[in-house]
Amino acid sequence: MTELTSLTIAEAREKLKAKDITAVELTQAYVDAIQAANGALNAYVAVTPEKALGMARASDERIATGKAGALEGIPLGIKDLFGTRDVHTQACSHILDRFQPKYESTVTQNLWNDGAVMLGKLNMDEFAMGSSNETSYYGPVINPWRAEDSNQQLVPGGSSGGSAAAVAAQLCAGATATDTGGSIRQPAAFTGTVGIKPTYGRCSRWGVVAFASSLDQAGPIARDVRDAAILLKSMASVDAKDTTSVDLPVPDYENSLGQSVKGMRIGIPKEYRIDGMPEEIEALWQQGVTWLKDAGAEIVDISLPHTKYALPAYYIVAPAEASSNLARYDGVRYGLRVDGSDIVDMYEKTRAAGFGQEVKRRIMIGTYVLSAGYYDAYYLQAQKVRTLIKRDFEQVFDAGVDAILTPATPSSAFGVADEAFAADPVKMYLNDIFTVTVNMAGLPGIAVPAGLDHRGLPLGLQLIGKPFEEETLFKTAHVIEQAAGRFTPKKWW
Amino acid sequence: MSVDLATVKRVARLARIAVSEDEAERMVGELNGILGFVEQLGEVDVTGVEPMTSVMPMVMRKRADEVTDGSKADDIVANAPSTDRNFFLVPKVVE
Repeated sequence: MTELTSLTIAEAREKLKAKDITAVELTQAYVDAIQAANGALNAYVAVTPEKALGMARASDERIATGKAGALEGIPLGIKDLFGTRDVHTQACSHILDRFQPKYESTVTQNLWNDGAVMLGKLNMDEFAMGSSNETSYYGPVINPWRAEDSNQQLVPGGSSGGSAAAVAAQLCAGATATDTGGSIRQPAAFTGTVGIKPTYGRCSRWGVVAFASSLDQAGPIARDVRDAAILLKSMASVDAKDTTSVDLPVPDYENSLGQSVKGMRIGIPKEYRIDGMPEEIEALWQQGVTWLKDAGAEIVDISLPHTKYALPAYYIVAPAEASSNLARYDGVRYGLRVDGSDIVDMYEKTRAAGFGQEVKRRIMIGTYVLSAGYYDAYYLQAQKVRTLIKRDFEQVFDAGVDAILTPATPSSAFGVADEAFAADPVKMYLNDIFTVTVNMAGLPGIAVPAGLDHRGLPLGLQLIGKPFEEETLFKTAHVIEQAAGRFTPKKWW
Repeated sequence: MSVDLATVKRVARLARIAVSEDEAERMVGELNGILGFVEQLGEVDVTGVEPMTSVMPMVMRKRADEVTDGSKADDIVANAPSTDRNFFLVPKVVE
């Protein structure tokens, strides 16, 4: 018998339905796997085995009585950004020490309503600010992938590094994640997993710790395109508690898998061919073009002229929104408090001790660009540039392009504690150069594994779609997956 | 535009983050690195361009103005570092 933890969600679903396995057996297999691996990988910051087994027992009862939901008995990991009732929810920050909300986020509630089982909370960059999972108060996550002939520890990407590593290392069947500038797609690409950031408004943001509210979206990280489709179907919903959630029916995304891409027009944006991009990334991109052409799609060269301004505009808009959202961490209502001589001194000491370097940096930038005299030059200018970035995409889609193909990241996974990244925050920010445009325009984007580099590390391609056309992305990503195959790390932990 | 030490300290004060002299000095370099990077936005011609206010075109949904929640004082103070009955405790602010 194959190991239970190697089953995809779709496979486990069939075996549970056929009563070949029980939800308790499946959950126990994951709990054991986490216990054996987490010391090496640090993917989970809180494991909830008792809760998981209780949920699994309830799933088995529902399966026995014919009341199974769409995700009945499927064990999932939850990014620490999602509020989970009476369970560790700290956005991997020191400032939220011991915080356990008395409410459940809408996205996770949707998953439990469909019968899913919670294994625990996953590591991430502090407040989702980072591209390597190294800003976490709980220490870095180690990528389950290693280069051939090397024991060097690599990062899993970020900010959803724990989600990506746990899925790749089979420490959960699938995971929730969030994406503000690339935080689902970049770690998916670094770990050989599939990650989709849906259109802004597709998933409710209610109960998810806020970073940059006009950019944040939840989405799944999964082992393959089908599992990502299954998870997004459950996560997405309209929600009275988030007025930016959209009131559109949630399609059965799985139905789009296997549909033909014949006659589809795939845009290749010339601005994504950046200086210094490794040749293998260029070759991978060409390979993707060939696969889609072979499947009958038409390839068209397109231009998105404001692409280079997306990242600088993001580093005004996102910190500005973050500085406002993170003002609530004041040592009064939740989490850490450091006593001071008066109330302002208490605020300042609490926030100095509670926030890590990267979070402080972004709050400072955000405070500066919103401060009197600078608002027009920075924030207003960035929001105008954002309009132009979105217009670039609209013009391309209006001209008949159905989806856009780009590399997901400018490199494969890099080393933990890389000195060049540590010395220069902007160098780290460049990791999101291909993904951040999608958040700025509110569009859906999917990262799908497409090959390995010369060191044997996974590389991903990204597909960008029209608003609320996630089905097109699943269909097209599935064609790439069929051609590229799936990628699993060799177990060393 | 770039920031100097005095500006960094002023911004830290606005952001309610205590910074030591060493930290403030390090932040001058870091913040100027980021501000230098975002400076290139100035070269974009935005004449007649509206600033984005909503990334997806949508009409704000409204609900009836009625009480739908409440009586959860215990839940609300449950995570506070310092409370007395259903009050948050803070250092004295009025003499």
